[in-house]
Parts: sequence; C-alpha cells; structure tokens
Amino acid sequence: MIFSRTLLKRHSVLPGFDLALGLALLYTSLIVLIPLSAAFLKTFTLTWQQFLEATTTPRVVASYRLTFGASFLAALLNAFFGLIVAWVLVRYRFPAKRLIDALVDLPFALPTAVAGIALTAIYAQNGSIGQWLPFKVSFTPLGVWVALVFIGLPFVVRTLQPVLDDLNRELEEAAATLGANRWQTFTQVIFPILMPALLTGFALAFARALGEYGSVIFIAGNMPMISEITPLLIITKLEQYDYAGATAIAVVMLVAAFLLLLVINLLHAWTRKRQGGL
Amino acid sequence: MTSATPAVTPLPLGSAAAGIAPRALRNATTEPVWIQRVLIGVAIAFMTLFLFVPLATVFFEAFKKGIDVYLAAITEPDARSAIKLTLIAAAFSVPMNLIFGVAAAWAITKFDFRGKSLLLTLIDLPFSVSPVIAGLIFVLVFGLQGWMGEWLRDHDLKVIFAVPGIVLATVFVTFPFIARELIPLMQAQGIEQEEAARVLGASGWQIFWRVTLPNIKWALLYGVILCNARAMGEFGAVSVVSGHIRGQTNTMPLHIEIVYNEYQFAAAFAVASLLAALALVTLVVKYVIEQRVKGQRREIGDRSE
Repeated sequence: MIFSRTLLKRHSVLPGFDLALGLALLYTSLIVLIPLSAAFLKTFTLTWQQFLEATTTPRVVASYRLTFGASFLAALLNAFFGLIVAWVLVRYRFPAKRLIDALVDLPFALPTAVAGIALTAIYAQNGSIGQWLPFKVSFTPLGVWVALVFIGLPFVVRTLQPVLDDLNRELEEAAATLGANRWQTFTQVIFPILMPALLTGFALAFARALGEYGSVIFIAGNMPMISEITPLLIITKLEQYDYAGATAIAVVMLVAAFLLLLVINLLHAWTRKRQGGL
Repeated sequence: MTSATPAVTPLPLGSAAAGIAPRALRNATTEPVWIQRVLIGVAIAFMTLFLFVPLATVFFEAFKKGIDVYLAAITEPDARSAIKLTLIAAAFSVPMNLIFGVAAAWAITKFDFRGKSLLLTLIDLPFSVSPVIAGLIFVLVFGLQGWMGEWLRDHDLKVIFAVPGIVLATVFVTFPFIARELIPLMQAQGIEQEEAARVLGASGWQIFWRVTLPNIKWALLYGVILCNARAMGEFGAVSVVSGHIRGQTNTMPLHIEIVYNEYQFAAAFAVASLLAALALVTLVVKYVIEQRVKGQRREIGDRSE
C-alpha cells in the first residue's frame, strides 16, 4: 500500500507493485546495502591518520600499482583483440564460427579457480606454452596480466557485437561512393561509431580485472612488493586479524570500483545516444 | 527495421549504388580476401592462446594419470563433501535470487516509480564489488568482532567459517544475474498483454503464471543457469568466509585450491574438470536458448507482417 501511494508516478491497473517492490527492497537491503555499509562504517573506527597509514604503506602502494597497471594493460589488449574478434564474428564467414562465438563466454562460465590452475600449468616453464617462451610468465607480474586478459576477454567482444550488427551498411557505401578507401572508411566512419561501445567494453574489462582474485593468485606467485595483488593483501590482513586495515584497503578499492561504475553508466548513455542518432 | 530504410531514402546516393554491379558493391564495403584471412587468423590465434588451450588443459591434466586416479580424486571423502557443500550453496542461492529477480523485474518493468534508477544501480552493485570484499563485508557483520558477533556467540550460532556464511557470500555474488536477464526482456515486452489480461478479469497471480511467465521462460531459465554456474564456481568470496575446514567448509573451488597446493595436480584438475564441464553445459544451454529466442522473434515478426 505504502509504496503505491508514495512512489508510483502513474496509476497502473496491474497488481503486485507493493509486494514486488517491498520484497526487492527488503532483499537488496539485507544482502547488499547493510553488509556493504558495514565496510564503510568500520573505517570510521580509524582516524584519518590511521586510514592513510593503512592504505599507503609501500607494500599496499606496490599492490595498487600492480593491480591497476596489469588490469589496465589487460583491458587494453582485450580492447584491441576484442575488436578484431567481434569484427570477424559479425562480418566474415568461416568454419566453426558459431562454436567460436559460443566459446567467447567461457570466462564468464568457467570458475576462476579452474582458470587459474589451468593458466598456471600452461604458462609454467615446462607448460605447453611456457616452454616455448624465452621469459617466465607464471609466478611473475606477467602471469597476473595473462590471467586478467583471460577473465576480461568477453566484455569487449560482447559489447561490440550488437553495435556492429546494427551498423548501417549504407554509411560505408556512401563513404565508398565518395571515394574513401576501405581503411579511410574504417578509421573515419566505422571506428568513431564503435568508439563508445569499445570504451564501455574496455571499462567493463578493467573493472572486472581490478577485483579479480581466483584466477590470479595461482599464477602470480604472490611475492610482496612484486606480484601481490590488492585483493590478496586484503585477505592477508584478514588472516592477521587486522580487520580495520583490511577494510581500509577494501574501501579504497570499493571507491575505485564505484567511480568506474559511474563512468560505465555515462558511457552506456553515450552509446545509446550515438546509436539513436544514426 | 533495416529493410524499410532504402525505400525512404530517395537520395542520389542510393541510385548511384544501385547502378553498380553487385560484386563491385560488395568489394567496396568489405575487405580484400587476404585481409579477411589475416584477421580471422589473428582472432582464432588469440582465442586459442587465451581460451581453447586453457580449457583443453583442464581435461588433459585431469586424465593424464589415467581414469583410476581421476575417479579416485572425485570420489574421495573430502572431494565428496566439497561437492555436497557446493550443491547446498547453489540450492539456497539460486531460488533466493530467482524470487528476488522476478520480484525486482516485475516492479521495475511493469511500473513507473520514483527511485527506479537507484534500484537498478543497487542491483548492479555486486558486479563491481571484488569477490574478496564481498566475503569481507559478511565477516564484518557476522564475524566474532563484527556487529552481530557477540549475539551469535551467546546464542551458539555460527555464520562465518560455517555453511551459512558460504551461502550468504554466494548469494551476494550471484545476486544480479537473474534480475539482469529478465529486466531488458520484460522492458521490451511492455505491459499491454498484462493489462489486457487484467481487463478481462484475471487476478495478479493468473496474469503472472499465464501471461508473463510464458513470455519470459527462456530468459528466466538462462538467468538460472548462469546464476547456478557462478554459485558453484565462486572462489574469492567463499574463500574469505569459509575458514577452509577440510570435509566441512570446503566447496569444490576451495577443495581444488587445497589439493593443488599439495601438488596433487591430477586430483586438482579432476575436480576442476567437473566444474569445467558445468561451464560447457552452461554455454550449450545458452546457445540453445539464444536460438530459440531468435526463432521466437522471427515468428513474432512474421505474424506482424
């Protein structure tokens, strides 16, 4: 009763608003809001000085650098190859295309721990790929990057595919008739249209990589200052019963994640505007 | 949509393009064959390196030491209790998120209310929270030093380092999946059918079971499958709240970690292969449902024309 009287903008003949919204709000509060607020409230037990100290020790800063750096580079690689994969899947015909298309989602479906041990085995020095490489991958920061490339792979492909599908071929025909060669058409007509979706995919892959834990810890080697990611550091602090310290670092990561979420939402709006404008 | 556009664009452009032979036209809007081949090659090489090889490795390593080792690894008591706990976690979190997902989607897509976009953002929130932090927040609420720690201890209840904590962490990380699958579809379907049913005298539940549910069943099924896959495979969040007690609070992914760290690689990959098989089943179901949805859309399109 209360919701339909206060929140509803338009009267509706359909029933169930109070029940549905009430249930949704109760569940969201219990599962998401109250527990998440615990993290922020816990940091208030620290003074500002203590908070800064907990979140800026050299070991923590090194973990930020690795986590943000490797996530950024992994998302960058995914943006480049994701564009090629999406392009090939939408535009060309080749054998096993449907199978490959279906398998793009594998990193969504495969548990991170399974991906972690598999990647470690492959890129170890005696592994099926690692043995051919002149440098070490498993148990180095490079391994962190490999794992983050794996888990971020579907995002760029899956955000680009629908946009590419909707792309109006007449624009390309127009460009061609006006004398543009294929490269010019791509860089000056197609690419600007894809840009918002590409950035969205990049941001989604980056955001996912920032929080990733399962696939990374097996392959990283987890050496403090060198190959220790921030989520692992949170766990390490927890195991030492330093709850306030763990939470302080978690809050830094949460704020970064929420800022990224904001950016992603803005990018979504931009993508829709671009597509609507065509 | 697209088929209608040429008819309404009487630009000189269209007529110029129509004058060119189809073959030449195709060449102007696609790449030369050799570039196509290179791009396909690059895409397949990238996917092979980062996707196919890891997937194949799981099964190869699992069976490397023979079928006996494989069977022993997945039937030993610790593995069996890990499988059981994983099934329990999924058995709680999937139905809970199913009820929530349907309720949230019903409210969001069938009504226009203040604060809708805020609710949508809250639903998406768990996607952007690191699994480790998802585990941490439940420790802060239910752990011994947490908000409810003393009360729980006085009443001899255990949440953290016990099954309820594992269920809660799993519910949190799988929270958005079903709602996220339903909302865009139900938004696209609108409310005319439900309104018509209402006018004809159907009750709320009749509308839901006879009108809405048949329309959303495939998306619902896909959401459930996706939610289930994530629930069974969750590692980071569960790892924080589990306490890693062998035979008691280890799920399959945690069991894999422990066995792997003991250098029993074949056993670790054997259990991992079960989860990889689940992932493959998830992808197959997704593919089948996508084909069905495409078929449905085509049917609707044919009828309306």
